[in-house]
Amino acid sequence: MIKIHKILILALFFCSSKSFALIEVDITRGNLNPLPIAVSPLFSDKKSNTDLKTDLNIENIGEEISTVVENNLKRTGLFNPLEKKAFLQNPDLAHLKPRFEDWSLIKAQALVTGQVKFENEKLRVEFRLWDVLAAKEMMALAFTTVPNNWRRVGHIISDKIYERLTGEQGYFDTRIIYVSEQGPKTKRIKKLAIMDQDSVNTKYLTLGNELVLTPRFNPTNQMVTYLSYFKNLPRVYLLDIETGIQEVVGDFPGMTFAPRFSPDGKKIIMSFAKDGNSDIYTMNLESRIVERITNHPSIDTSPSYSPDGKFITFNSDRSGFQQIYVMKSDGTNVKRISFGKGLYGTPVWSPRGDLIAFTKFRKGKFFIGVMRVDGSGERLLTENYYQEAPSWSPNGRVLIFYRETKSNDKGEGFSAKLWSIDLTGYNERQVPTETDGSDPSWSSLLSN
Amino acid sequence: MISNKIFKNIFLAFLLSFVLSACATQTKKVDSQMQGDVYTGTDTVEYLATGVPDRVFFATNESVLTTASRDTLRKQASWMRKNSDVTVVLEGHADERGTREYNLALGERRANSAKDYLMTYGISSNRISVISYGKERPVDSGSNPLAWSKNRRSVTVKAN
Repeated sequence: MIKIHKILILALFFCSSKSFALIEVDITRGNLNPLPIAVSPLFSDKKSNTDLKTDLNIENIGEEISTVVENNLKRTGLFNPLEKKAFLQNPDLAHLKPRFEDWSLIKAQALVTGQVKFENEKLRVEFRLWDVLAAKEMMALAFTTVPNNWRRVGHIISDKIYERLTGEQGYFDTRIIYVSEQGPKTKRIKKLAIMDQDSVNTKYLTLGNELVLTPRFNPTNQMVTYLSYFKNLPRVYLLDIETGIQEVVGDFPGMTFAPRFSPDGKKIIMSFAKDGNSDIYTMNLESRIVERITNHPSIDTSPSYSPDGKFITFNSDRSGFQQIYVMKSDGTNVKRISFGKGLYGTPVWSPRGDLIAFTKFRKGKFFIGVMRVDGSGERLLTENYYQEAPSWSPNGRVLIFYRETKSNDKGEGFSAKLWSIDLTGYNERQVPTETDGSDPSWSSLLSN
Repeated sequence: MISNKIFKNIFLAFLLSFVLSACATQTKKVDSQMQGDVYTGTDTVEYLATGVPDRVFFATNESVLTTASRDTLRKQASWMRKNSDVTVVLEGHADERGTREYNLALGERRANSAKDYLMTYGISSNRISVISYGKERPVDSGSNPLAWSKNRRSVTVKAN
């Protein structure tokens, strides 16, 4: 009896939400039924296009912005942007008042329109999101910025559309920092590199003179922490990507590694290795106070805070093999949470707080998976020859990680690439990088 | 009947010896380079001085020194005692089949087990420094058990 009630209530809720006519994207199943959306080119007048052409080296600013939006939406696996050739209505007219019957004819359920103007050295971008079936406007926004920021406008529009249609925060106005890799395996040259999440605007932050590993963003700003072998002393560094200024974190008499920021961005948590033993430490970036969190003869590494800062998940071999543990942020109450067959590493707490992503090694295969924070509900999302180091998108929806291929006996055929996968296990795709890449970390939203 | 039985026995014995010899040659082949999964070959080994190998090898996930490793380290210690101005860096390494951060810790643990052994043979800790490269600097770029066994190592490098 109770069960029947529940189903009825759900059905009513579903019906009623539908009868308010607003389209929704089903975000629970990844890419099974992507929402057909028409992204009409944003209308930009001739004068604006001509004025911007020399500065930005693009022909039609409106079309370019809409392409950024279209590609962002497509990569989520949740949307199916329709072929522009099929559009019947001109961009400027569509933006004023869409002829909804034209758009529903090509099976669009949502429509994005907009216009761009270049006035007084500023770019003014306006867009609207329409519900085609209900013939209604869902949202309208305008942005003013310097012309160079045109791609970011595209990302912010994508975020707004994504948020409106899925009910989740977007993740398009973000960047990815990673390690660029070149050269043979035995003499690999590694540099810090940063790019927009859509693989555009790659910049190299180090020259490759020293080995660099595991860069991670501060979740509250654009600072980065990473491991550098500068002067052959492997130490955790702090880097301000805006100014390029970097400094060593703390004064440790040995290797510090596996750094991450606390959720408030005020501390760095990392491992310090001495005399064959790695333990977890934190350093407060303001007071410079160092605290020892674990004190155990085993290897304790890869620490990651819960988003409320109250807990830490980490990797330890105190049971004899690599497993995942959770403890209070003061180091007490240590509990092992991984109990499946195989070895577990690189735990990283979801920004939503409910899941921990990890790498698992079993029977010669590597998996990226997620489990609840008590270790229950383990789900393996992807299996491969070698892959590790998942990093969450800021909304906790997508994981980015790196994957290596097997080399032959001469060392040929090796590559390291970035990949992403939806939390549901769908929509696995390579994230293009100019060179080989590894150790990706996803920034928080730039616009927040 | 009897001859038939003898024939059968001979046949079985023949078959068995064939199988055994096949086994023997196979183990021997691996044995020449690996014992268990510890590298015992000399392909990648360099020498600090005549008869003093520069590196020791480890089993997967292990930092325990094998008998052969202890022998090598005793030779290194005796060479260091004779050359009392020499200082060394012990470089700890791991194979590519493990997560990067754990391997950094594992490399450090391996180099330190070599350091501890040198110290028990009278080498002062201020003549030895330690660095871990994790899986960042393999000597063999292959993706096979033999290549990995060569890469699980601690290498003693003359620092001055």
